[in-house]
Amino acid sequence: MSKKIAVFRKEHFNAAHRIFNPSWDDKKNAAVFGKCSNPNYHGHNYELIVKVVGEPDPETGYVIDMKVLSVITREEVLEKFDHKNLNLDTTHFSDLIPTAENIVTVIYELLRKRIDPKLELQVRLYETERNFVEYPA
Amino acid sequence: MVYLTRIEHFNAAHRLFNPGWSKEQNDAVFGKCANENWHGHNYDLYVTIKGAPDPDTGFLFDVKKLSEIVKEHVIEKVDHKNLNMDVDFLAGKMCSTENLAIGIWQQLQPHLPSEVQLHCIKLYETPRIYVEYYGD
Repeated sequence: MSKKIAVFRKEHFNAAHRIFNPSWDDKKNAAVFGKCSNPNYHGHNYELIVKVVGEPDPETGYVIDMKVLSVITREEVLEKFDHKNLNLDTTHFSDLIPTAENIVTVIYELLRKRIDPKLELQVRLYETERNFVEYPA
Repeated sequence: MVYLTRIEHFNAAHRLFNPGWSKEQNDAVFGKCANENWHGHNYDLYVTIKGAPDPDTGFLFDVKKLSEIVKEHVIEKVDHKNLNMDVDFLAGKMCSTENLAIGIWQQLQPHLPSEVQLHCIKLYETPRIYVEYYGD
């Protein structure tokens, strides 16, 4: 029987963004993205749930040290995105529309490279209390 | 006296920045909140009114009408907006949660019928930070 356990760490960050496709004109952006394409940006309190799955290490009893997971998340995500404009202040969305879908994929890739490959990783991102995404699906 | 609360929400960008100060002073006082390219929040707004229920309806005030007043005079002006740049009732003011709550009170009060008293504007900037304004 598998002894796999899922452990979760919650974090949050606040950021401004704009949903805008630069290859479209303003009219088409407004038609597709509505008020989300406001040229002066809007913003959200993003809530992030990082899920790590694996078998507890026999010596520590941990799947992953939560303190280590917290530090990795802070360094890879919060320091890059908290109190930032996702379109203007990060390199990750210079050629990528900062939808919740794309943000969660970027966060997954940033965390994946810091977490032991034998552990599974899944990231859930709440843009609002009612809108959230998860990757990998 | 009965108190009735309607909850609404909006998402907006803002920046804490005093244009009369240097960049260094803004950074020292407001830290990352002064980021020149803005940041943003999901705001939750609690509008509380008080009064006596109408004997014919049992209502203090039709909460659907209260919602429409809040939407027309507040939410449409701030939702998916930049509070520093896009909002007329915040022009020239610091876009703190405190000032936003006072501004929302001032937006709503003239549009409520005389028999209804505005009691409190409670405004959450994050799930962990909120302000209350009672009009005094």
